[in-house]
Amino acid sequence: MRIHLFIACYNDTLFPRTGMAVVNLLERLGHEVVFPTSQTCCGQMHYNTGYHAEALPIVQKLLHEFLDAETIVVPSASCVAMMRDHYELMAHNANDLHMMGDVKSFLPRVFEFSELITDKLGLTDVGAYFPHRVTYHPSCHSLRLLNVGDRPMRLLQGVEGLEYTPMEGSDQCCGFGGTFAVKNAEVSSAMLADKIGCVKKSNAEFVAALDNSCLMQIDGGLHREMGSRDRIRPVHLAEILNSTRDNPLTAEALAWEGATA
Amino acid sequence: MTVRVGHTAEKPAFPILAHELLQDDQTRRNVRHATNVIRNKRALRVEEMPDWQDLRTTAHAIKTHTLLHLPHYLEEFERNCIRAGGQVHWARDADEANTIAIQLIQQAAARQSGVKGHAQPSDRPSSPYPSVPAHAEVIKVKTMTSDEIGMNHALEQRGITPWETDLADMIVQMGKDEPSHIVVPALHKNRHQVRELFLQNMGLTELGTEAEDLTGAARHYLRKKFLEVGIGISGANFAIAETGSVCVVESEGNGRMCVTMPKTLITLIGIEKVIPKFDDLEVFLQLLPRSATGERMNPYNSIWTGVTHGDGPQEFHVILLDNGRTRMMANVRERETLNCIRCGACLNQCPVYRETGGHAYGSIYSGPIGAILSPQLNGMKYSRSLPYASSLCGACYEVCPVKINIPETLIHLRGKIVEQDQNTLAGKLSQESMGMKMAAHLFEHPKQYEAAQRLARTGQGLFEKDGKLVNLPGMAAGWTQYRDLRALPKQSFREWWKRSRTNRGDGSNWSGND
Repeated sequence: MRIHLFIACYNDTLFPRTGMAVVNLLERLGHEVVFPTSQTCCGQMHYNTGYHAEALPIVQKLLHEFLDAETIVVPSASCVAMMRDHYELMAHNANDLHMMGDVKSFLPRVFEFSELITDKLGLTDVGAYFPHRVTYHPSCHSLRLLNVGDRPMRLLQGVEGLEYTPMEGSDQCCGFGGTFAVKNAEVSSAMLADKIGCVKKSNAEFVAALDNSCLMQIDGGLHREMGSRDRIRPVHLAEILNSTRDNPLTAEALAWEGATA
Repeated sequence: MTVRVGHTAEKPAFPILAHELLQDDQTRRNVRHATNVIRNKRALRVEEMPDWQDLRTTAHAIKTHTLLHLPHYLEEFERNCIRAGGQVHWARDADEANTIAIQLIQQAAARQSGVKGHAQPSDRPSSPYPSVPAHAEVIKVKTMTSDEIGMNHALEQRGITPWETDLADMIVQMGKDEPSHIVVPALHKNRHQVRELFLQNMGLTELGTEAEDLTGAARHYLRKKFLEVGIGISGANFAIAETGSVCVVESEGNGRMCVTMPKTLITLIGIEKVIPKFDDLEVFLQLLPRSATGERMNPYNSIWTGVTHGDGPQEFHVILLDNGRTRMMANVRERETLNCIRCGACLNQCPVYRETGGHAYGSIYSGPIGAILSPQLNGMKYSRSLPYASSLCGACYEVCPVKINIPETLIHLRGKIVEQDQNTLAGKLSQESMGMKMAAHLFEHPKQYEAAQRLARTGQGLFEKDGKLVNLPGMAAGWTQYRDLRALPKQSFREWWKRSRTNRGDGSNWSGND
């Protein structure tokens, strides 16, 4: 299958590892990955902060870039939620029939990462190997806006050697919330403190999610509290599924130190 | 028209109030405990309902229909209320509603002065009442709407003493406090704090801390008021157009006393509270108690219609209040906010509310519903920080019994605020607006976006320490004040992609885990 990748701007800039894992995994499964290099952002940051006029051309640009794509994968649940919940409304508010047509054609072709693997590719076991204790943070947008349900759990169960450790209050927001994290930084970090308490109680080595944005929040809090050593490592689900016996993902690969040139 | 919503006009922004409350460990513990108890009970009572989602959908449909035909149903309610012996008054804003209430109280008090006792047919319905008693009193049953219009303050200014009879409202009134929750106004106080308050205000020397001790003391204290005061003020959960009836649900029985014992009853109703038919209660009375307090049914459900000779209040007034509601009618997204039946489920579920409690919102309408209702009632003039007091986690929408899409409405209101701000020079030149404009420009121009990625990687050296970024400037300071931020990696995904695609032809090995 020919699969177009929309990486999301923050993954592109801050979490290239996740994109590499998606590409590597899909190619290992025998698919062709296409990455239109002119892509940038889904418009969510602007739209959710109230900059609706500014978000519009960003969205129109994205729609244009994926006109010919048959299947589109997005390793960011909140970007997919942005697309499904707001693109039609934006076209409607812009009174743009052309854009409305593009949105209607675009949406059925878009899959969040766990949706692509389970629904479109029909897999729960992708031959992954990850012999670690892993807990899972169901990000709000994957849980409540996309309703991904048990898809990520089915995928985790398909990973050889993985021991799942449940998290208390898993459905509670981590406090990220996009610009909320800086506009209401203090409340955001109070919410984060609760989440970190639950993450630590899970006794996991890794905390997985479908959104690196939430993981950035959790990791930022954990790192502030515990420094670099013996920290529970946040990791995108795609990176766990990309880990194999031949090429395993290690905690060292997720370290902060030495990441920069 | 002067719309007023509690003290919203004078309150500082949410982050400032939240900062104070986050230091208050006792209040935070109280809020956490109380919201946990209520939301766990709610979850049990919702889980046992196989048709819960259908009920939500139906309630949303009834509310949508009613709001689309609001003038029709309000006039139908008015006709039927009058036919049953009630009197209906229309108030455009807070001041009008208070003025009407004060006039009604003064007239009733003059009429009742010298006549003790209750619920006796008025023998002088049409005589003039020139003299106003020096000191009039009213008993009140929980009405958030009266807090919205600042009724207690208005009454006190005219020498009228309002007695709150709902336990939580009484606690708030005694403590010269403000409600922090729309269903449980004293949720931020624990039993020990309530005991202290009762000891100070009830002239008691001894009092236990058990719920029974406290409610016993309150009952004893209030009983005298119920027997003596001849004027009652109530809110309403529903006004039924078909019959002209008013419905109040409650747990303590004080409401039943307030709407049956006094000779005169004044009911204050927001115009959005009208529902078309008596049968519609079947839907709402299943949704409301389960959502609000986790009860299958409220212990007290009072429905009354006009005046019945020799039974209950012999004079019944309804004040229909607009106070900013009609201007929310034009836009479908804004209108949906008026679906609210004030159950408070979204407050108990909200991770923001659960950290700060209700006082951080600076409005009697707090939590997610307050964050959309307060600024809209205010015509976006006040409470402008509230639409941003949410991580858009969606938990509020999930529990809302009338399916108000609160996250979507928050985003809509943020859009209005940005648009308004950008129409001012200061707003246009604000750090946030400039930053957002610049980011949008980069997202529209991939080459410049890539250049900015490279520039950020070079520039971050100024803020980098052991692989993390510290003391970032501008808005990013909000991040690094509380959390660490990992420095940008050596290469972006797109750089890796371009490099790996070029290299693959010559057999170079590459790994997704690198």
